[in-house]
Amino acid sequence: MAHRFAGVSAVRDGLNGVQYLADEGIAGVVYLADRLVKPVLVEGPAGTGKTQLAKSTAEMCGARLIRLQCYEGIDESKALYEWNYKKQLMRIQAESQTWDEVSEDIFSEEFLLTRPLLEAIRATEPVVLLIDEVDRVEVEAEALLLEVLSDYQVSIPELGTVEATQIPLVFLTSNNTRELSESLKRRCLYLYIDYPDLDREREIVLTKVPDISQSLADEVARIVRSVRQLELKKSPSVSETLDWARTLVLLGVEHVDAETAAETVHVLLKYRSDIDKALKELSAGDAPGSGLPR
Amino acid sequence: MTVQAARGPAPPGAAGAALLGLLGGFIAELRRAGLPVSLTEHLDAAEAVRHVPLEDRAALKCALAATLVKHHAHRQAFETAFEVYFSLRGPQFVPSDGAWADADLAGARDPRLEGPGGEPLGDEDLARMLFAALLGGDQERLRAGARRAVQRYAGMEPGRPVGGAYYLYRTLRNLGLEALLERLLETVQDEAERPLTPLEERLARDEMEARIDQLRKEIEAEIRRRLVADRGVEAMARTLRKPLPTDVEFMHATREDMEALRKVIGPLTRKLAARLASRRHHRSRGVLDFRRTIRRSLSYGGVPAEPQFRYKRPAKPEIMVIADISGSVAAFARFTLHLVYAISSHFAKVRSFVFIDGLDEVTDLFEASEDIAEAVHRVNTSADVVWVDGHSDYGHALGVFWERYGPSITAKTTIMILGDARNNYHASETWVMAELQRKARRIFWLNPEPRSYWDTGDSIMSTYSAHCDGTFEVRTLRHLERFVEQTF
Repeated sequence: MAHRFAGVSAVRDGLNGVQYLADEGIAGVVYLADRLVKPVLVEGPAGTGKTQLAKSTAEMCGARLIRLQCYEGIDESKALYEWNYKKQLMRIQAESQTWDEVSEDIFSEEFLLTRPLLEAIRATEPVVLLIDEVDRVEVEAEALLLEVLSDYQVSIPELGTVEATQIPLVFLTSNNTRELSESLKRRCLYLYIDYPDLDREREIVLTKVPDISQSLADEVARIVRSVRQLELKKSPSVSETLDWARTLVLLGVEHVDAETAAETVHVLLKYRSDIDKALKELSAGDAPGSGLPR
Repeated sequence: MTVQAARGPAPPGAAGAALLGLLGGFIAELRRAGLPVSLTEHLDAAEAVRHVPLEDRAALKCALAATLVKHHAHRQAFETAFEVYFSLRGPQFVPSDGAWADADLAGARDPRLEGPGGEPLGDEDLARMLFAALLGGDQERLRAGARRAVQRYAGMEPGRPVGGAYYLYRTLRNLGLEALLERLLETVQDEAERPLTPLEERLARDEMEARIDQLRKEIEAEIRRRLVADRGVEAMARTLRKPLPTDVEFMHATREDMEALRKVIGPLTRKLAARLASRRHHRSRGVLDFRRTIRRSLSYGGVPAEPQFRYKRPAKPEIMVIADISGSVAAFARFTLHLVYAISSHFAKVRSFVFIDGLDEVTDLFEASEDIAEAVHRVNTSADVVWVDGHSDYGHALGVFWERYGPSITAKTTIMILGDARNNYHASETWVMAELQRKARRIFWLNPEPRSYWDTGDSIMSTYSAHCDGTFEVRTLRHLERFVEQTF
């Protein structure tokens, strides 16, 4: 099978081209996913661009994105396929045929409703399959995914096995609210997207927020890094950083000082106690307890 | 950095076999460090390595991490093993044409590190160079400086049976990083046109701390490289192997371990809470309630059309935590309190008491603050727990507890006692335990020491455990997690 990407740097440039700034690790795993024909399990704190990675990859490859949003209680009929009962009923009632003809007929593809997983397998054009928040399904329901993930096929008892005409790129995201089963993890490549480092975050702000000055972007990135070092209930995510940067630009701020930070920090942090803590820590230059991290 | 992996393009034949052997050793080491690496993953890694350029160390690392490490908490162990296995310089791994290895060991002939006349740098020059590199954030020079500093100060000799920490300490002492940080900050102050605001000062400090931390990491890496070269991979991997954060023993945790523990406890409690909640959820459907089904069937003319179930009411116990927070077991108490409060929504009420030889209630501290970590910290500073001499006295603490809070114990109360039961030969006051057991629903004792140490020295565990509904050896976060899951 033809490979999608020539090399790691090609992936990286491609993602940059669709405004997703990938680091070595991210680009490397996407490249390997293509070469090894394996799904990618993406984990990391909320708001670091896990879902966006799948979207951007689809955009980069010019592929259609098929998304399966997971939730507690998801089952076969929502993830894989379902028979269209109403249509089957109508077919049975429509004209009197022999039993054999009808029973043959109502389990044909015409009466099959495809759900995201089957759709991704049957697609003839290139697709990227995104299985979002896979940690929300119960352990038992994970088994639904296994056949698709390892063999890229779906078995339908009445029809037989549907094999993929083209191998989709598959991304699974997880917020790590529970441990995924070993069998699922074994079938996937693993990618952990952490908060970006200072330079990358600055680049992200510069790319995503139009009209922001270099110096403001730098300040934003540095303050966010300092805030993330505090022990907070919820550290600011990349999307919150971007919201904050946009807010500052809209307010016409050119330089963040303590007052502006205090007025706008609620965009960045969402808990009262976190906000208090951040304001206290950041306005005291020489905070007690700060010192060389050991 | 890339030079040690630069051994030509992808390896057919003998070199390929050598690489596979190396990979096998690496994976064996990962398994020894506690990572569950399956055979499939081993095969995947071998396959993945074929697709990345081997001279690119970062790409190799990424490929191995993606195929072998499926859990973020395992990442640190992977990094350590990778550093050891893929920066090979031991004599048995030096390639045949590898004069570079010896030259490198003796100290890189880096022109930037030498004075104008080719003389080696003096102490002052080195310090100045590091200072400039830190101030300018110059990665290349920082690395070169770190390498030089190790060579100069660590005093490493081949075959000396000393751990890396010793060399690290020697190097850092000579560099005086604390003073360096202050000097850097002063320079930043001086260079600014106007005095820095507190916010700017804080940002500058964070930036410089990050850079100095980078320097420290470079120095550690350099020391490790040299040690690997000296002792060989296996020995080094054994020395550096550290338990995963969830397997670190509370009693022997170093400061770094504590840091790692603090990082994992948040996600861990969240996961635990989700698991407890979903278990409640799934249990909600009970057995058929025959009496009510018949009663309801009367409205359908005696047809039991609407079956009724006896729903289980989730038990919501009241929890009382009594924790020993004397030096030896403080860390254990801290993490347990953190965990109990993080899942406190599953309990009707949580009250917490801490003691050393006196006892104090600290429930208020937790209820006043939204931030558990903060509250745990405040417990250590503001609770009044010293009665006489600040050595654990379980007998007296239990006595005080019974006297003051005994009346509020009900049949719904579950009591958890945290401590090592090392009583410093004071009176045990066992009768309190007997009373507590009689009055409370359940009473558990969580001991951070291994079972084999119980009842040795001044530990009087069995005296107390006679009156407990369960005693648990809780040495690590993993044990703690298992206890909570089994019990509640």
